[in-house]
Amino acid sequence: MMLLRAVLLLALLFPATAAPAAVGDPRERLADPALEERAQAIGRELRCLVCQNQSIEDSNADLARDLRLIVRERLAAGATDAQVVRFVHDRYGDFVLLRPPVTAATALLWAAPALMLAGAVAAILIARRRRRSAGEAEAATLTEAERARLAAMESGGGDPRRS
Amino acid sequence: MSDATGSNTSTTTGAEAAAPSPPRRVVGRRWMLYAPLALAGGACLGFYAMLRGMRSGSYDPRGVPSALLGRAAPEFEVPPVEGSNVPALAAADLRAPDRPVLVNFWASWCLPCVAEHPMLMRLARGGTPVFGINYKDRPPDARAFLERHGNPFAKLGADAPGRVAIDWGVYGVPETYLIDKEGVIRWRWAGPITPEVLDNDLRPLLRRYA
Repeated sequence: MMLLRAVLLLALLFPATAAPAAVGDPRERLADPALEERAQAIGRELRCLVCQNQSIEDSNADLARDLRLIVRERLAAGATDAQVVRFVHDRYGDFVLLRPPVTAATALLWAAPALMLAGAVAAILIARRRRRSAGEAEAATLTEAERARLAAMESGGGDPRRS
Repeated sequence: MSDATGSNTSTTTGAEAAAPSPPRRVVGRRWMLYAPLALAGGACLGFYAMLRGMRSGSYDPRGVPSALLGRAAPEFEVPPVEGSNVPALAAADLRAPDRPVLVNFWASWCLPCVAEHPMLMRLARGGTPVFGINYKDRPPDARAFLERHGNPFAKLGADAPGRVAIDWGVYGVPETYLIDKEGVIRWRWAGPITPEVLDNDLRPLLRRYA
């Protein structure tokens, strides 16, 4: 967005003058500290759709500011936190939630850490069992000929095959 | 375990049976060598598919899928663009149009809007109703834009505060919505409508919902 770029450029050029318009503009805040606290908690969970790795609380994009104002307006009008989040979610979908809900589409995403952990534990257990059984197998597989060779080596005669 | 002890007893029976034991263990470990290679290969394929999709435009990692697809166009009220002589857009215009219509969010300060404007003009000349919502703009600027580039909009509303755009889930201009004859949003394009988008996406949809 061109406007956004212009604002960012201005912010870089004139950090002191741009500061009052930046995130957390005191004029945006609600007078009631408890309500403002709730607004910020909600805002931190909502993704800014312009600069997508920031929440609307952290972003100084135009749209983020509009959404911050909407959150505050609705809270001031008596809406619950869930109602405010639903208002934004209805318009922008799952993408706007920084913590995506568990649905059929996101189930794999949520299960991934548990699946990876289970996979790693299984791999370790299998590797261990295999090593142990391999060790046992080695101990049990000395044939008569090998035993004689070992005895010869131990008695200091060296490997009879190499001599 | 029973399998392992079984192989033990078989290997103790003779020297010729002892021989298969070491190769079996090598085969068992070989996957450790190939698994990372296979993983890297799979990742390569995945990245390749992503990059190809990004180049062709079919995959956009920053794209926000519209939450309004399959839903009726939201209620809204917008004033006309002052002095433009284009009738104001009303929510009723989208409730049951007699043919599919387009709603385009645009602004005079938006460069991609200039790029897509000829496509809107082409659509309007072809008889598709194109409705405009002028986003966060000043009326004189909007009027100057239409005078300079032509007016494709059969109806036009002004959304100076940007609140109507938020009700539509707009996250940047230009954005274009296709509304079918039942008043349901069928398609949303975020970004400029290029000639390719017009021919490959929009025209087939306009035919389908005609």
